[in-house]
Amino acid sequence: MRIVVDRDLCQGHGVCESEAPDVFEVGKDHQVVVLDASPPQDQRAVVEAAVRFCPTHALSIADD
Amino acid sequence: MAIDTGTREPARVSGGEGADGHLEELRVDPIGLMQRVRDECGDVGLFRLADRDVVLLSGAEANEFFFRSREEILDQAEAYPFMTPVFGEGVVFDASPERRREMLHNQALRDKFMRGHAATIASEVEAMVAAWADEGEIDLLEWFAELTMYTSSACLIGKRFRDQLDERFASLFHDLEQGTDAIAYVDPYADIESFHRRDAARAELVSLIQGIMEGRAGAPPAPEDERDLVDVLMSVKNPDGSDRFLPDEVTGMFISMMFAGHHTTSGTAAWTLIELLKHRDVMDRVDDELGELYADGAEVSYQALRAMPLLESSIKEALRLHPPLILLLRVAKEELEVEGVAIHAGQMVAASPSVSNRLPEDFPEPDAFRPDRYLEPLEEDRLNPWTWIPFGAGRHRCVGQAFAMMQLKAIFSMLLLDWEFELAQAPDTYRNDHSKMVVQLQQPCVVRYRRRAVARSHHGS
Repeated sequence: MRIVVDRDLCQGHGVCESEAPDVFEVGKDHQVVVLDASPPQDQRAVVEAAVRFCPTHALSIADD
Repeated sequence: MAIDTGTREPARVSGGEGADGHLEELRVDPIGLMQRVRDECGDVGLFRLADRDVVLLSGAEANEFFFRSREEILDQAEAYPFMTPVFGEGVVFDASPERRREMLHNQALRDKFMRGHAATIASEVEAMVAAWADEGEIDLLEWFAELTMYTSSACLIGKRFRDQLDERFASLFHDLEQGTDAIAYVDPYADIESFHRRDAARAELVSLIQGIMEGRAGAPPAPEDERDLVDVLMSVKNPDGSDRFLPDEVTGMFISMMFAGHHTTSGTAAWTLIELLKHRDVMDRVDDELGELYADGAEVSYQALRAMPLLESSIKEALRLHPPLILLLRVAKEELEVEGVAIHAGQMVAASPSVSNRLPEDFPEPDAFRPDRYLEPLEEDRLNPWTWIPFGAGRHRCVGQAFAMMQLKAIFSMLLLDWEFELAQAPDTYRNDHSKMVVQLQQPCVVRYRRRAVARSHHGS
């Protein structure tokens, strides 16, 4: 599982940080920082929630 | 001048032969005009707004281009001249992109503040319905405009400021919203009634806020945990010790912070209620959903942040059919090309939520109110990120979307748990007034309310 961020779309709402705090952090510059670009499988459910509830659809998961 | 072999000029829509082009039609029937652009010209078509060309884009591919483009390519700052007299010089759309972003992306909209906001909104609804009898009528435009004035001021500026407001503030704000005639594209200070009222309302807002600031300057400071944005701004000083922010600038900042979230949320609340009352089968299902979610005594401040699939879908469907912003505008800063069609520097470029949200290829039965289209497995909003655009998309997507959805869920939880509603007019008489760039519900727009025999809410404040 690899996390892909579309920088054109991220506005730094911080929903991903609330859903998966071990994987995402949103700094003062309102841009998401991916703390772990290839998180372990036990993070999958919360990462999927982060992708789903991102208000700007800026996140996706690539499985490769 | 061709920029590239193979590019062609956009087709121009019919009509608009006079000196002001399609301006008059835009002031009377903007959606009809924009739909005709799509019907006659396709994804990229052109109409005339006074002395400027507007290249109107629609469809997923052209919209994606519009929403992904950077500020340096499609500039927002020059595109909304009717907002400058509302905000005041030097505020928001006249500020630099960084400053604008900072101001618009108010800290108050961050996810971690949402629960506190939900509690605030619930108690504002409670305060408004406390004035209701067991049954009666409300004007949707006035009622929701007043409610959302209190909620947005309380959440964005602070409870202390909100408590110094009354219905006068909402009424002045209404005059600002009405002062957005498209004639501003010819002259933002044209000699027309609605612009005079706009300027008088802004001046009155400044003196109202000046009064609040003076009252605080002469009073002992508020306790730390009760300080609001007014206190914060008043505490900022210039090197010589004078106040950094004068009442005029504070007023401009507050107007710009509250403007985007006010008529939009107010109108969406009204249209959600109207559509639910027109579609009783959906209303019954929403009622059941709320009954179940709150059956175990959950508080609105908790539940409004969680999933309410059918209520959320109903709000989304009201937004799709009645988007609060019908025309999004930019100015092209360089020579561009979309789907083989040339756009020239200096031309305006537009996208229309009203047109895109009803594209039949993306939204089957586009004119029908069908909230189920957002439920699994259809999820038509996620499936069409560039054409389901009540909140815009991309870089300039509404930063208040999450706040707005939470707010609407909190409002409808409070209203529908304890009250029943019915239309007080023929269903097809509820309409929007499109004579201004800020779309508002046309009056009369009355519904009846009646207290439920058994209250179902547990907001307990």
